[in-house]
Parts: sequence; structure tokens; C-alpha cells
Amino acid sequence: MGTLAVFKKEIRSYFSSPVAFVVFIIFLVISGYFFYSILLYFSLISMQASMNPAFATGLNVTDGILRPLFANMSVILLFLMPLLTMRLFAEERKQGTLELLLTYPLRDGEVLLGKFLAATALVALLLFATGIYPLLLGLWSEPELYPILTGYFGLLLLAMTFISLGLLFSSLTENQIVAAALAFGAGLLFWIIGWAATLTEGDRALLFRHLSIMEHLSSFARGVLETKDVLYYLGLTGFFLFATLKSLEVRRWKG
Amino acid sequence: MIEVQGLTKVYGNKAAVDNLTFSVEQGEVVGFLGPNGAGKTTTMRVLSCFMPPTSGSAKVAGYDIHADSIEVRRRIGYLPEHVPLYTELTVTQYLNFVAEAKAVPRVQRRQKVGELIERCLLHDVRGRIINTLSKGYRQRVGLAQALLGDPPVLILDEPTIGLDPKQIIEIRNLIRQMQGERTVLLSTHILPEVSVVCQRVIIINEGRIVAVDTPENLTRRLQRSTQVLLQVEGPPDQVTGRLREMAGILRVEMKDGGGVHGRYVVETEKDCDLRRELAHVVCSSGWGLLELRPVDMSLEDVFIRLVTEEQDSMTVDRSPVTLDG
Repeated sequence: MGTLAVFKKEIRSYFSSPVAFVVFIIFLVISGYFFYSILLYFSLISMQASMNPAFATGLNVTDGILRPLFANMSVILLFLMPLLTMRLFAEERKQGTLELLLTYPLRDGEVLLGKFLAATALVALLLFATGIYPLLLGLWSEPELYPILTGYFGLLLLAMTFISLGLLFSSLTENQIVAAALAFGAGLLFWIIGWAATLTEGDRALLFRHLSIMEHLSSFARGVLETKDVLYYLGLTGFFLFATLKSLEVRRWKG
Repeated sequence: MIEVQGLTKVYGNKAAVDNLTFSVEQGEVVGFLGPNGAGKTTTMRVLSCFMPPTSGSAKVAGYDIHADSIEVRRRIGYLPEHVPLYTELTVTQYLNFVAEAKAVPRVQRRQKVGELIERCLLHDVRGRIINTLSKGYRQRVGLAQALLGDPPVLILDEPTIGLDPKQIIEIRNLIRQMQGERTVLLSTHILPEVSVVCQRVIIINEGRIVAVDTPENLTRRLQRSTQVLLQVEGPPDQVTGRLREMAGILRVEMKDGGGVHGRYVVETEKDCDLRRELAHVVCSSGWGLLELRPVDMSLEDVFIRLVTEEQDSMTVDRSPVTLDG
């Protein structure tokens, strides 16, 4: 009940300021460009493959277009999610509205969930808008449906992790810029850990690979729904949300 | 309705609120009076469950703020000092949100919000974005959100600050109407407001309670002398001299810089009513007696006295406004 009230209010607030629109536009423009260039490259390879069958091995729309597209979108998400989440608590603290919000008969968890779901809904809308790319693909080729669905699902899970991370940092400061910077930095850290996997070997590489936020995405893009990957994202999301809850509690004490 | 026991809140190594104990009965309107930094806002934040106290306890509407925080919050309406609102929403959108957050049943929501919009005189601005509203209107929106859900207890932090005189009167009337039907704890700097609106006053300074009483009792307790205001038509020096000669007069002071129609404040010993004698002296001296009335020590004087521990009330700087107000 309280969650719904906060959810509706956050959605309204999002669309009352340019931030949401700007993020949408930036995301769509950049991912649109990626789609275009990936498509271009693919069609180039396809043409070469039609002349020389040797190039045709492993050439298909799913691996050649959708997977790199999802991978690129995940990076754009990394950059843009902090912009969506930075205001969720920081702005309320700065404006003083948190003082009222936390004195309503709402549990902290309801408030947190409402904000989290609002940001998630926004991203879901964003991802839905990018559905035009597979749609366009479907007009001239036959992309497999299942990898598209799981790919988007994976992106949503990834987004939820970034959102919960962003919420945590937003709850720690009054300053939206700081919140965004911290969330961005933390996301980047998770991403870099994935690179470390390629630079090391053996057990260390394995550890890094398991921690890497992008690595877990790869199976989704292939159309494989791996439980461990779903649990990874949900687990991280849950952990960050819990940490945010605690941070709210601590901030109450300190006044 | 509100019971506070040994409430303490420490920031760092300073106690903003130090072992506070007081209570507010149902239906009372009680004023929290104190200089800046006295601990008023902190106390209100603790009572509204925004922050927990360092030690001590408090019960609001019978529920403990620590153990039954949600139950307390269901029964209070809180208005923080700077009236923080979601400025990107319209008045109606905002109040709808608050109604939902306060768990007003859906079927009643529209009606209740509508009622409050009317009651707080927000009808004309109900579709406007809060960002575009003046301070006076924002204050009314703040009050409306506090009243949503019909809470039996209202906690208002400086509800009239920054308003123009007309708006102040409106808000005061709104608050005064609640006497008896709701319990109100409000804090203020504006001293005359307390005597007009509140039944009891709690004076707080540096985190501690300095006095608790009705405004009249406080004034009476602290008044050291009786004062009479005279307006006499006559030569100031002679008037002053003649008055000073009278028995039982402690002091004669001129107000307003003098002139022929001078106003004088005559101080006599406490409980000594010399008005008849004063009138007789003025008239028999051939001067015009234009005004004669007793003057109470204002609450401002009480406040300043209690807070700065002035020994001699005569050295307190009084402006003409104070004595007439």
C-alpha cells in the first residue's frame, strides 16, 4: 500500500523533470547507433560470406547482432543508471522532504521498495523501447525469439543491480552528483573485475569471472537461462537493497 | 496524549535536548517557546519518530515512539519548520500522495483531500504546481498534509514563520479552532502568538525546560511590580516630577520621546493599585488625563527574563510595541 503510493509519486516526479527524458533519449540514440553499426558490420561479413562460404561458419543473427547489441547496451546502462537513481534519496534529503516521508506510517522498506520499483519500471520502459531493434531485424531475417527474451531479461536483472547500487549511494549523501559518481564508480569497479579475469589465469581468473557483472550476462544473450546467473544478480540486488535499508536506519540515528 | 520522560538527544558531545520531561493533555494546544537552538525542533523530530532519542522515552497517543513507531505515526500530523514539499507535483497530486501514504482508505481519499483543500483555503491553487506557489500557500499545503488522516495529535514546527500578518492570523485561527478536538504541540518564536493561541507554554532553553505554565500565570509569577500607562496633556518635566513625588511610586518613565501629549509608564509596588490616586493628581494639577490603563508584563519580557536570567526587569529594553501588544 505504502509502496504503491511512493511508486506512483516517484514515477510522477521522474517525468516532472527533464532528467528521465534526457536519459531516455541518450540511451536510445547511443544504442540505436550501436545497432546500426553492428548491423552494418554484420551485413558486410554476410556479403563476404556469400562469396566465400568459409566465412559463413557461425554466422547468425543471434550471435552476430543480438549478443554484441546486448553487451553494448549493458555498458550504456552502467553509465546511465546512476543518473536515474541519484535523486531518489539525495534530493529528498536535500529538500528536507525525507523528514516528512519518514514520519508517515510507512516502513522504511516500503519507501525503499517503492523507489526501487519506480526506477526499475522506468528502465523496463526504456528496454521495451529498444524492442524496435529486434523488431526491425525480424523484418529481414529470422532472429531466434528465445535469446531475445532471455537477453532482455538479463539486461533487466543487470539494471536492477545497478539501480540498487545507485539507491545505496543516493541514501548516503545529500549531493546528487556525488551519489551518481559513486554509483558509477562502483559499477565500473564491478566491470573492471571482469577484465581482470582475462588478465590472470587459473583460480584467480575464475574468481574474477564469478564476480564480474558483465560475465554473468553472456549466457542470457545466448538464450540460456542459467540459475546461477539469475541468482547472482538477484543476490547482489538484494544485498544492496539491504545495505540501503541499514543506511537509512543509521542516518536516522545520526539525525 | 503526549508524555515525555527524561528525553535526551545528544549530537556529538552536545546535548541538544537534555532530560526533558513534560506532558500534553488531550485537546490542549501547547506552545513550545525558546530561542534558536533551544531544542524545540529536535524534540519535535523525536516525537514525530523521525529520529530516535539517545535516551529517555516518549509516548504519543498512548504508543511508545520506539516500540510502536508505526502506530505513533498513524496518529500524528507533522509539519517541519521549512515546510518541505514535493515541489514538482501539483497541490492535488501531492495531497493525494500523502493521503495514500497515510493509508486513508481509497474510497474516502478524494473526498478527504477535497475537504482539506477547502478547509485550508487552497481551492484556487489546487491544480497548480507547488513550485509556483507563494510561501503562504505552501504553508497551507503543509498544514493540509498534516491534517490528512485526521490525526489526533498535531506537531507543528514554527507554523507561522515567514508569513505576512494576514496569513498569520488565518493560520492561528485554524489552530485555535482545533482546541478541544485535537492535541497540538507547536513551537514558535513569535511570543504574542503563544498567548493568543496556546493554553499552556513550555519555555525551553539549551535543551532544558525553564518554565511550564499558562501564559497568564507566567506573567503573573514573574511580574515584580504593577505598571500603569498614563497619557497626560501637560508639560513633561512637571508631570514627571509631580508623579514621582507620589507615595508608592517606584518609577516614572517617559515613552515616545515626550511632547505635550506625553505617555508615561508608572511603576508601583506589586499589587498596589494607585490608579485613583494617579488620576486625582493629574486632574487636580490641571492637566488633561487622556488615558489611564494597567499594563501587564508581556510574555516577551517573561521570556527574556527567564532565558537570560535578568535580575532587574527595568533594565530590559522595551519598545513601544511590547507594552501596547
